[in-house]
Amino acid sequence: MDRNSNAYTFLFVILLIAIVASALALTATSLQPAQAENVTNEKMQNILGTVGIEVARDSAQIPFDKYIVERIALDSKGQERSDVDAFSVDLKKELKKDVEEQSFPLYVADIDGAKYYIVPLRGKGLWDAIWGYVALKDDVNTIKGAVFDHKGETPGLGAEITQMWFKKSFDDEKILDSSGNFVGVDVQKGYQGGDNKADNAVDAISGATITGDGVTKMITERLQNYLPYFQNNTNVKVASN
Amino acid sequence: MAENKKLTKKEDLILFLSDTDEREGLLGKKNRKLLTDPLTDNNPITVQVLGICSALAITVKLEPAIVMSLAVMAVMAFSNMIISMLRNSIPSRIRIIVQLVIVAALVILVDQVLRAYAYDVSKQLSVFVGLIITNCIVMGRLEAFALGNGVYKSFLDGIGNAAGYAFILILVAFFRELLGFGKLLGVQIIPDSWYEAGYSNNGLMLLSPMALITVGLIIWVQRSRSRTLIEQN
Repeated sequence: MDRNSNAYTFLFVILLIAIVASALALTATSLQPAQAENVTNEKMQNILGTVGIEVARDSAQIPFDKYIVERIALDSKGQERSDVDAFSVDLKKELKKDVEEQSFPLYVADIDGAKYYIVPLRGKGLWDAIWGYVALKDDVNTIKGAVFDHKGETPGLGAEITQMWFKKSFDDEKILDSSGNFVGVDVQKGYQGGDNKADNAVDAISGATITGDGVTKMITERLQNYLPYFQNNTNVKVASN
Repeated sequence: MAENKKLTKKEDLILFLSDTDEREGLLGKKNRKLLTDPLTDNNPITVQVLGICSALAITVKLEPAIVMSLAVMAVMAFSNMIISMLRNSIPSRIRIIVQLVIVAALVILVDQVLRAYAYDVSKQLSVFVGLIITNCIVMGRLEAFALGNGVYKSFLDGIGNAAGYAFILILVAFFRELLGFGKLLGVQIIPDSWYEAGYSNNGLMLLSPMALITVGLIIWVQRSRSRTLIEQN
């Protein structure tokens, strides 16, 4: 058959595409369980990380079941939704829905009698999505710990939000100002506060201003959704602005 | 006479795969040249100036640079092999598209495997694994070599060129991580006493322009050592 004829060209392409497509579909399907497991385990690992329990990704399941005593899905008014499983809520999809239909997962951890509220975060960095979890102590003001992750921030700059030193700077920070209004935590360029934990601000990463602003915005926006629940269900008075 | 000598099975296979008359061992002189040339006088980055984009993007730290190198090596070796196998049946009018399909398929495979078995690294490399598809070295070698050479030779050419790419990538990443973070592979190298004495990490090394300048310096060193690379006029 003539290699340059149209018929041959079509035949060649159709055959090639069929082979390539089935090979890719086969690998994607066969690797999918392993990939999904990585994602689930990582989620548990991240949630546990906010309350100071560092586990290997592969062994996150057992401590997760032990310490996370409640998983609640909240609606935008702060009411519990019984029809939604909090762990399977995908914030990426959720935030695209109408406000009335959104559910916000809340994890309650009990570690040797101390109660923590863990809130998932999701926002935008410089290049792509950033996300994370922040754990609040039972005064619903002091941060116990935070973890952050990202899809495509610049290695060495924005990607540093995943690093321990950055996450550690959130420990014991307050999300309310001195008069009890919700302000969140500001990732501040040229931060001069040192170890001051009451100023609602942490030091930004040099060269990663936009990623830092994304973190600030994500903390404020996501925590906002939980204020009604905290007002109704904790004996702490949280004023929202 | 060589023609009268009975061929061993291994030689027979090489002859079939390499598509040439001459017989040589698996790593004979010519085949070795395919592997070593791209490391020095025919380096894809410093001499052919291909694949610069990813050399800038992922050389901030050593570890992603190493994994990226391995991923590129796998893609190049196998795409070169597959295109070489198909070289006599690809309609020449659509050969670029065929090359793209093969390269894209291999890159997706690598990405999927990394996501399942090397999750942390795949997260670090993020989009850059996908961008191997657009790496000029891959398509460049397919066009320049695999379309006209035997399967085994093309395989070696892929490995060789990827190694040349890897060599520069790792060299650049070495300097950027060392001078930018004072670390190598995440381990602190510059002692604390230096910092106390006033030494500080150079934040400029973390930005892309410094990767370009580092590559430029490597080219300078290479050209001053190897006179054959200097253009006549």
